[in-house]
This record gives sequence, C-alpha cells and structure tokens, in this order.
Amino acid sequence: MTDLLNILISESFWAASLRIATPLIFGVLGALLCERAGVLNLGIEGIFVVGAMCGWMAVWLGAGLWGGVLVAACAGAIFGLLHAILTVPLGLSQHVSGLGITLFATSASYFTYRTALPNVSSPPRIEPFQALDIPVLSDLPFLGPVLFQQTALTWLALLMVLLVWYVLQRTGLGVAIKAVGDNPDSVDAQGLSVYGLRMGAIVAGSALMALGGAFLTMSAFDAFFFGMVNGRGWVCIALVIFAGWQPGKALFGAVLFGAFDALQVRLQTEMGALVPGQIFLMAPYILSIIALVIAARSVDYPRALLTPWFKGQR
Amino acid sequence: MIRIEPRAATSKTFSIGVPVLSALIALGFAAIPLMAAGANPITAYGEMFKGVFGSVFSITEMLTRATPLIFTGLAAALAFRAKLWNIGGEGQLYLGAMAAVAIGSGVLDISGVLLVPIIILLGAAAGAAGMAAPTYLKIRFGADEVVTTLLLNFIILIFVQMMLEGPLQDPMGLGWPQSAPVLDQGMLPPLMDRMRVHSGLILAVVLAVIAQFMLARSVWGFKLRAVGENAAAARHAGINVKRSLYGVAIISGGLAGLAGVSEVAGLKGYLTADLSPGFGYTGIVVAMLAGLSPIGVVIAALFIASVFVGADGMSRAMGVSSFLADLVVSVSLLCVLVGGFIAKYRIVRSEKAGSAT
Repeated sequence: MTDLLNILISESFWAASLRIATPLIFGVLGALLCERAGVLNLGIEGIFVVGAMCGWMAVWLGAGLWGGVLVAACAGAIFGLLHAILTVPLGLSQHVSGLGITLFATSASYFTYRTALPNVSSPPRIEPFQALDIPVLSDLPFLGPVLFQQTALTWLALLMVLLVWYVLQRTGLGVAIKAVGDNPDSVDAQGLSVYGLRMGAIVAGSALMALGGAFLTMSAFDAFFFGMVNGRGWVCIALVIFAGWQPGKALFGAVLFGAFDALQVRLQTEMGALVPGQIFLMAPYILSIIALVIAARSVDYPRALLTPWFKGQR
Repeated sequence: MIRIEPRAATSKTFSIGVPVLSALIALGFAAIPLMAAGANPITAYGEMFKGVFGSVFSITEMLTRATPLIFTGLAAALAFRAKLWNIGGEGQLYLGAMAAVAIGSGVLDISGVLLVPIIILLGAAAGAAGMAAPTYLKIRFGADEVVTTLLLNFIILIFVQMMLEGPLQDPMGLGWPQSAPVLDQGMLPPLMDRMRVHSGLILAVVLAVIAQFMLARSVWGFKLRAVGENAAAARHAGINVKRSLYGVAIISGGLAGLAGVSEVAGLKGYLTADLSPGFGYTGIVVAMLAGLSPIGVVIAALFIASVFVGADGMSRAMGVSSFLADLVVSVSLLCVLVGGFIAKYRIVRSEKAGSAT
C-alpha cells in the first residue's frame, strides 16, 4: 500500500501520466470536434499513423521539428478532407468510410515508409523535441518536473484544449459547429453552410489527430515503427464519449487514462513476478471499455451524429 | 443549382457493376504508387497475375488465402445487415483459434470423426461469446459496439500472448510462444496432395450458401433485414429486436471464430500470436465489396485473396513493397462506397434555386 502511495505522490509518475496523455489529448480533441459537428471519424487510427509517419519523415528529410509538425497536420487534414467529402456532401456511411480511411491511411503510410527505406532493419532516428527548460519554473518543486519539463508538443496539446474550448463556448463559429451537429436544418435556415461547417470541423479535427501521431515519432520516441499507434485512436473514440464531448473533461479523461497507463507500467515492475505482464498491458483497453459503459447511459450524444444531411431535403 | 435525389430503384446492373468497377478502379489507382516506387505498372500487373494464376500451386495458395476471408466476410456481412457494427472479427478469430488448440492439442484424444466437429463447434462458440459480450453491453448499457469490439481486438490479442506464454504454451516448443500442435486426427483434411488448400474452404462456401438462403428466404432473415432497415418499425411490427440482435451477434461471432479454427486446424496446425495478418479487418472490406450478400462474399474474398497473393509474387519479382495489396484493398473499399452512392442517388440540375424546398 505504501508502495502505491509512493508512486502516486512521485513527480516522475505525474510527469509520465501527462506525457502518455499528450497524444490522446490531441486525438480526443480532434474526434470531439468532428463529432460535435455531427460526424463520427473512425479514420482516427489511420490518421494517427499518417501523422506519425509524415512528421517523422519530414524531419528526417531535413524539414526541422516544427516543419514536421506542420507536415503531419497537413497530411492529417488531407485524409480528413477525404472523409469529409465522403460523409458530408455524399452522405455515405460514417462507420464504413472511417474504417476505409483508417485502412487507406495506414497502408499508404506503410507503403511510403517501405518504399523510401526498402532494406533497413533498425529504423533511422531523428533528434526529437527536447524537454523544455524554463528558468525558475522548471525548478519549482513538483510542478517543475510535471508541467515545465515536458516537450513543446505537450504544451501545444494543452493550448489546443483551451483553444477548442474557447472556440466552442465563446465564439459564433462554435455555436454554429455545435448547432450543425444537433440540428443542421436550423443552421441551414439561418443561411449558413451545413456542408462547409461540417467539412471544416472534420478537416481541423483530423489535423489535430495527426498531431497526436506526430507526438509519438517526434517526442515520445525518435523513429517510426509499424504498429506503433496500437489502438490509441480507438481509445480516443471511447474517451470522447466518456468526456461527454466537453474539451475540459476530455483533458481530464486523457490524463486519467495516462495515469492508469503510467501506473500499470510501475506496478508491472513491482509485481511482475506475481502476475503475468500482459494483465497490465490489457488494463488500459479494459479501462476504456469500463469508462464507456459507465458514461454511455448518461451522456447526450450530439443529436445529429451519424445522420447525413442533404441540401433541399427535409 | 445541383440537387441530389434518390433513384426510384437500384437496378441489378448497379449492384453487380459497382463492386466490379470499384475493384478495377482500385487496381488502376495502384499504378500511381507503383510508378512512385519505380516499377513499370504493366510489368507489375503481369507479375501479379502470374503470382495468382501462374500455376496450380499459386491458385491453391489464393484459395487458401480466401478461406479465412470468406468466414470473416460473412461475419461482417450478416452483422452489418442488422446494423450491428461488429468490427471485432479479428479478436473473435483469435478466440476461435485458441479454443481449437485448447481442445484439439491433446485434451481430448478421440477419433477424428468426433474431434473435428467438437473443435469446429467450440471454436465457433468461443467466437460467438466474443461478440455476445459487446452486444450485451450495447443493449444493456448503450455502449457503442464499434468502440467495444475494436478495443476487444487488442485485449484478446494480448490475452493470446499471455496464454501462449502460459497454459497453452507447447511444452516441447523450446520456450517459443506457440501452442502445442493440433492432433493429426483433429486437422481439417487437405483438399489436394502436397497443397495447402484444405476443407475449411468447403465449410466456408457451404456456410455462405446457407447464409444466402436463410437471409433471403427464412423468417429469421426477414426479421434480420427488418431490424437493420428500421429497428423502431421492426419493434412496432412485433419483432423482438433484442433477440434478433443477440442471434446475429452469435452467428457473426461464430463465423469469425471459424476463421480462426480453419487457420489453426486447417493450415498452420498450431497457434502463434501472428496467426492473422488482419483477416478480421479485411473481412469488413470483403463484406462491403460483396454488397453484404453472402454469395458475393465468396467472390469478393477470392478477389481480395488474389490481390494479396498476387502482390506477394509481384513483390518477390520486382522488389516493390507488398503493402501495395493493402493499398489496393483499402482503395477498393472507398471506391465501392462512392459507387454505392452513384447507384442509389442521381444528381439533378434544377433550373430555379430554392424551388427544391
């Protein structure tokens, strides 16, 4: 018990939690934006892969770290645009289109990587984002290591939470995005473009998702591996429901998930002899399902989620 | 002004033409990555064709590859017909495979006449349980089955790794994470001498024919389609929607479980954690290409298996990555989606803006 307490009050544990949560924060925000506008984006898993591969490759080719971030976001936006075209003006099944985008984005990334590097056994490394070292703040007890020694991408993620919250809650654009996910007819009646709002939200959301992938190759690790996304995108889809489509709760959900993941790694080293390690590896996915079951009953889905809308048809 | 308007009826030409055209367009698109990889597309397609139809052996390899895809394709097609989004075929496949080696590798040392059916039934039951659980969570708690089945895929794969390092590990396997082999009499008999194609293929095709008949002609099939088209109306008409959903969940999961049984007890003989290169996910593409028709699933599975086997051959001959096959498969899914739109709607030009409303 004291061991567990010691873990929970340690700086390194909370620093790790926030680090693990970072790609999920990007992913949950991206999925939240799409779903608030009424479109489920199951392309998320593949868009993570695209972000991870393109961001890494851009840096490897010499674009610089922020150049890589930009390339990743644009690549995510392109696949998002494809999903947007298929699901908004064409009104096709959001489930199938999203899965198609995931398969397409993943295979396109893998093919590109293999074609660029046909015969490498160990993937080439890049110089990833370094931990920020802010004078004074980094030396604060506890808060210093947890908050101020993260990489710039973690800070970007936190900034994005604020930005998405601000746009959704405080701007006319946010009101329109939420309305288009609840009652597109009312938006159309006001003379706003339902197609434009929905497609814009999907493209922006997909760019955010790709940043989650980019964090993996440019901050958490320093290279691209096959299978490195490993279901993180699907976890985000569960976390959005857990968060009730609120950016603040999304941040909370992602950090909570990160904390459980960090905890399982530490418990694994302490109890590894007693319990097979795989039990701990399963835990995050099982927790996602439990969170989903707890949240599913009480949440209000955006009312027009999954419902296509066609101009001139009521 | 341009408007989108549903067609009165979807013609037969479209329902066959769209998937065929989609497949061809996807193959055509593949010329772009092929050229990017520095290969001549014509030569590459030639190598792909040779890789599938070049010899009796390559044709049997294609059939072997198609077998699990027919099972997982049927699993997806039936569930999707009821709008039950079973994306967990991959996990259910592994559950079936685990059941097959758990029971088939020596626990029951009985004659094959009994052992083979027991392995098949238990494998199907394990897969069925893997889909019944998320369906329960959906019906009881409203937990979206897309997310739960996707997450279960990861949980089950880790569970397989745990079992392969624990109770299911082959004691004679020198510590490799693989299971003990299925007893000889528990194996599905091969169809040809010295070829890998096995009687799992026959089972798959027979089940597809039964599924086609049940879907089109039986009361069960009628209820299933009614639930999928409009659950509220089906409930109003006195159909027990929950029961229909559980029924199709069990059948869909069972079919995916059989994919695992057939891979283990028909092909590999033992279980490893890399048994399936995503057959569960590819099954979804198969089902969509087939327009969710069971007989169509057989044809679509043959096509996709050809793409995979052909791309392997092309990759060996020309050094282009075999991920090309995954590209073709995913693009054909997106094409068939768009094609479905063209079959269902037409684009109308109306003279006056606003006259539509």
